[in-house]
Amino acid sequence: MNGPFDLALALGDDALIAAQRLAEWTTRAPEMEEDVALANIALDQLGAARLLLTYAGELEGAGRDEDALAYLRDDREFRNCLLVELPNGDFAVTMAKLLFLSAYQLPLYTALAGCADERLAAIGAKARKESAYHLDHASLWARRLGDGTAESHRRMQAAVDQVWPYVHELFAPFPGAPVDPTTLRAAFDATVDPVLAEATLARPADGWAPAGGRDGRHTEHLSYLLAEMQVLHRAHPGAIW
Amino acid sequence: MYGNDFPAPQDAPGGGLLGEVEAAETALREAAARQRVGAPGPDADLETYFVDVIDADQKIEPRDWMPEAYRKTLIRQIAQHAHSEIIGMQPEGNWISRAPSLKRKAILLAKVQDEAGHGLYLYAAAETLGVSRDELVQLLLDGRQKYSSIFNYPTLTWADVGVIGWLVDGAAIVNQVPLCRCSYGPYARAMIRVCKEESFHQRQGYEILHILAHGTPAQRAMAQDAVDRWWYPSLAMFGPPDGDSTHSAQSMAWKIKRFSNDELRQRFVDMCVQQAEILGLTLPDPALRWNDERQAYDYTQPDYDELMRVIKGQGPCNRQRMEHRRHAHADGAWVREAATAYAARQAERAAQRAAEQERVAA
Repeated sequence: MNGPFDLALALGDDALIAAQRLAEWTTRAPEMEEDVALANIALDQLGAARLLLTYAGELEGAGRDEDALAYLRDDREFRNCLLVELPNGDFAVTMAKLLFLSAYQLPLYTALAGCADERLAAIGAKARKESAYHLDHASLWARRLGDGTAESHRRMQAAVDQVWPYVHELFAPFPGAPVDPTTLRAAFDATVDPVLAEATLARPADGWAPAGGRDGRHTEHLSYLLAEMQVLHRAHPGAIW
Repeated sequence: MYGNDFPAPQDAPGGGLLGEVEAAETALREAAARQRVGAPGPDADLETYFVDVIDADQKIEPRDWMPEAYRKTLIRQIAQHAHSEIIGMQPEGNWISRAPSLKRKAILLAKVQDEAGHGLYLYAAAETLGVSRDELVQLLLDGRQKYSSIFNYPTLTWADVGVIGWLVDGAAIVNQVPLCRCSYGPYARAMIRVCKEESFHQRQGYEILHILAHGTPAQRAMAQDAVDRWWYPSLAMFGPPDGDSTHSAQSMAWKIKRFSNDELRQRFVDMCVQQAEILGLTLPDPALRWNDERQAYDYTQPDYDELMRVIKGQGPCNRQRMEHRRHAHADGAWVREAATAYAARQAERAAQRAAEQERVAA
């Protein structure tokens, strides 16, 4: 195993699980325009996941393609951060997750775009533009909900409080990776703090910091997500779709 | 190699029909370029003018006078079409989370997203007739306007996603291609765009089935089972037989509708027979055979009593589809209220800032 492989796999898993969760909103969004927007973001994440997992498979050199990696690994072999696997909750929780994920992915993909690994650099250059749009979208909703009605404010603050602890894992050291996530925290804070302030939301105190996703120790939720995602593929071993 | 083993585009479904969509688009441009039937003078009879425009194959536009019944018919039809797009997202959306490859997941997600987009611009077309989207959505939620009955059938396997693309989207295209020449301009233009995307969807459904039909025995059985379940409901999508259709004659005269239900159904059957042969799947109709005299296939009619039962709410999924939509709408209410409150507050702040600047300047 090596740094670029581990990073491609971890980021590919982040994007894949985020796409799977976002796609759960299809036909359920609060308004039709939002159904379209969430599907768009899910498609961006899925697109990035496919590029990253395909590349991870090539780096591994064991003949695994994107589908072998997505459908034939168990939860203990997934390397995504815990944030993306958390259930969608209400729309406020989904927007809090997306705000923090995109505020992490934007500087991450930007840094990747300048790294020495050409394939990762190309993926980063493409994905960072999409992340910028995801961040705009989530920031706008954080402001609307935080500074909307009393109920939406209460829900958005509760969502931020619920999701915040999962942010810390994103910036843990990643040995051997072409980008050091610890260097991204400042950019994250510089993005998120003003959004929370404008949304009249309190930034939660740091404290509990659950982690383990990058080592394959997940929440109880991931196994259910994978059970659903993988069921058909696994029921027909070797079939072409 | 697996992904390319398909008939060339001109033989694939939608090929010929897509040509008709393009011809309709050209006709639309030409009609727009032609001098319109001279504008009605102050004393002109508006009804005569309306009939003249339709007779000249030109388009009625939102600003034009139109008979109230024409307006109502269009609102009913366009709204029903929009509702169908929105409810139709559910049966296919049912398989996004379990799509068997990442490529299929992406294609299906994009397709369901397109349907939301179709719903949006059809509601916008209806709004040009003086009704709001909110009102129409409420009519759907109250069960006072319908959506296509086909979406009251369940998607039980992955092959259903393929069959919906091939047969259901196929039938929708056959129904909708003539609407590209509909006399009401905004609807005709929306249909041109919808038909182009639907044709793409139909191609994708056909591709899914082609792969299944040439896959493992279990995949093949899955494909045949789905065709067996969806064939007759797809035929029923063209509505009751001509003698029983309540809205047809007037709509034909107004050039909202251009072919009868039975004409379109026959056209669909004739199209599907050859495609089923290429797929290597059997259409579940023992009476299906070429009639040399009619130059068309003889086929068994769908069970119209079943169609009526489903329309009246007795289909397998009517309650589920409506409950899902009502649930999503109710769950999103607090979000929509927040967006409205936020927008109002932003406008208020902008007004205050402007007043402040004015005072400073003064």
